[in-house]
Amino acid sequence: MKKPTGKVVVIPCSGIGKVYGALARETAYELAERVRPDTILLTCLPLVVVGDEQAKQLVTENPVITIDGCPMKCAHKSVESHGIEVAQSYQSISFYVAHKDLKPEGVTELDETGRKLAAVAADELAAVVDSLAGKEPK
Amino acid sequence: MMDKALIKVGIVSCSGEELPEGTLSRLACRKVLDELKPGTTVTICLPLFIAGGEEERNFTAKFPTITVDGCKKRCAQRSTEALSGKPAKSIVITEIMHEKQITPPVRRRNLTEQDKIVVQVVAEELAKAVDDVLEGGE
Repeated sequence: MKKPTGKVVVIPCSGIGKVYGALARETAYELAERVRPDTILLTCLPLVVVGDEQAKQLVTENPVITIDGCPMKCAHKSVESHGIEVAQSYQSISFYVAHKDLKPEGVTELDETGRKLAAVAADELAAVVDSLAGKEPK
Repeated sequence: MMDKALIKVGIVSCSGEELPEGTLSRLACRKVLDELKPGTTVTICLPLFIAGGEEERNFTAKFPTITVDGCKKRCAQRSTEALSGKPAKSIVITEIMHEKQITPPVRRRNLTEQDKIVVQVVAEELAKAVDDVLEGGE
């Protein structure tokens, strides 16, 4: 396990065809922009996949959380294919399974319920982020 | 020669979670797929394509592709060239913004009404590229 650096990289699914891809991305944005803006670093999955040096450095030096939108787990597998350990891996459908009252809809953009689910999921991931970053829970 | 009626064009979109131009790319591509060119375009999930998704690889081996990248790193174009040959066309959002002297969005989500106009501009450029490819043009 990597030593905490105070930062955590989140890599969501990049799919543009399914609601759970959009949910993965929205959850990552919630984490990066609202829940832990001082801790979360976002990078593009394709950049990691094509071996961009800056992106690789980011995921090599910091703990990585992947949030996938489908069972193909592209985000998780792509990071691991570079020999980089994924600290925590999620599938966004699990957020819905845990909150069946919040069924997300929308592909390009989530509906209001989907955005609410992403916010709830990001709040729930905050403790994991704090732990990986080596910070006290807020 | 392939029957024109049977030709579909694969859109390989940058997902660019890190940048507003990535969001622009995703939304413009979906607009083309769902509204401007339904029936003649399909989306190729970039990370899945790179990770070896069989359907994606089979499609790009048989049909023309258009890559849409959010930034000059051109992940979609580079990946397509490496895995299935030269795309029929390659579009870079930042170049369209520069050519048309449009200010790109500054947000990665919750785009403004003005941003949505920019999405429409990019989608129309992409739709033109689809027509060019279907007509056998460059």
